[in-house]
Amino acid sequence: MDVAIIGIGLHPFGRHEGVSAMEMGVVAANRALADAGIRWADVQHACAGSLEVLQPDTMNKFMGLTGIPFTNLFNGCATGGNLMLSAANAILAGAGDVAIAIGMDKHPRGAFSVGDDLAGLGLGQWYGEAGMAVNPQFFSMKTMRYMHDHGISEDCLHRVAMKAFENGARNPDAWRRKALSYEEIAESPLVCDPLRKYHFCSPSEGAAAMVLCRADQAARYTTNPIYIRADVFRTRLYGSFEVMHPSVPANARPSPSVQASQAAYEAAGIGPEDLDVAQVQDTEVGHEIMHMAECGFCKDGEQEAWVKAGETKIGGRLPINTDGGLLANGEPVGASGLRQIHEVCLQLRGEAGDRQVPGKPRVGFTHVYGFPGVSCATVLSR
Amino acid sequence: MPSQIPIQEGLFTWPSEEPRLLGSRCCGCGEVSFPVQKSCPACTGDETEAIPLAREGTLWTWTIQRFPPPAPPFIGDRESFEPFGVGYVELAEGVRVESRLTVNDPAQLEIGMKMELVVEPFDRDADGNERMLFAFRPAAAA
Repeated sequence: MDVAIIGIGLHPFGRHEGVSAMEMGVVAANRALADAGIRWADVQHACAGSLEVLQPDTMNKFMGLTGIPFTNLFNGCATGGNLMLSAANAILAGAGDVAIAIGMDKHPRGAFSVGDDLAGLGLGQWYGEAGMAVNPQFFSMKTMRYMHDHGISEDCLHRVAMKAFENGARNPDAWRRKALSYEEIAESPLVCDPLRKYHFCSPSEGAAAMVLCRADQAARYTTNPIYIRADVFRTRLYGSFEVMHPSVPANARPSPSVQASQAAYEAAGIGPEDLDVAQVQDTEVGHEIMHMAECGFCKDGEQEAWVKAGETKIGGRLPINTDGGLLANGEPVGASGLRQIHEVCLQLRGEAGDRQVPGKPRVGFTHVYGFPGVSCATVLSR
Repeated sequence: MPSQIPIQEGLFTWPSEEPRLLGSRCCGCGEVSFPVQKSCPACTGDETEAIPLAREGTLWTWTIQRFPPPAPPFIGDRESFEPFGVGYVELAEGVRVESRLTVNDPAQLEIGMKMELVVEPFDRDADGNERMLFAFRPAAAA
């Protein structure tokens, strides 16, 4: 049995003063239900996730107290991917025919804080006191080594950022809707070398939701179901270079993104060459570049030529982060993975407006990555 | 009487003329990690021993932390913040250790360069003790 996505909903990402994360979650959920043409009372299983909302399932009282099982989960930046996986697994396990996945968040401005107690992250307090529990440091250090090993230039970093903001300018739901010039990006201040201000995404606010059902029942609800061909969640292997790790072994092993994407292609019975559109975790431009290789789109180092030739732009060989990605939308952690899936569904339905990938895309891919070394990859198709 | 104490007990040998970081080596598979932990992240074994790590290594990657990290947990105020270097230094035990670097000038940092361990004052605790933190600095030319 397969599972289909029959309804999608988004509360646009950005800054929404006076609106709580949970209120955004309710908006996204209701939009997904309306898109599927059903009511909350028809939902038999719910999964929700958030970094900032203590217990997302309390939104139940705003949706309707129907007694259904409602799971809260959180897996860092990979939460969105895992939310859809858990909702799909509930259907596959026979817990219900219709399920919903809802992600929501609302972060303070500025860099993500790990909070004041590092014991909850399995780290010594000294690590935070000394200023090393900082995500951008890791992203920058992994990028620095990758550029050294595989000949990626600073020019490539700037071009990836330009593409993100170009796509954001074409997306009415994006947070950052202004294209930036090459010079604006290249001359923006260094944050953590070699990465600059406009190379990074920012924490933001927003919500996204997906309504899923048994694929053999999808026609009851919609004429344009999107099928989940694979949805894989992996955690780090020993030896993978990961965010906030005081040491890593010199014998490197593949990242969880490699594991998750390879398993997803295998489960879907396709290869990365069969993809028509892709969304990958672009916390910053270095990771969009590295994830292109980790997800199998190209070999290490080939990104330089791909990006220069515009192969990842809308209309290129494999358009990546067509809605502007994290760079143009920011990252509400609990919702970000579901935004990617929302975007791929729009692209596969042919409803992506000014940013529609030409040629009627049939197969899409999403990928999230986060602390402490977790990744989800999905393959979706019409 | 105030004295110099490590930022956390068990991170490195202290007091010492030539301080060494303390890692753990798995009694089963031999893999080394830092800081000391009782179980092995590589083979799932539950027996490790604490060992002193090499004082010198090579810079595997680096960055400059140019904005004040969120505080807490970071100790340091925004006004007096000075950018600092961070890197991973590869040691002979087959482990790359993350560390602050004593220099914050990109022109002085290069992947592959030799680095050596130092222990330096970090801040003072409520009793006036100087809390000491490890860092790596470019090794003196031979």
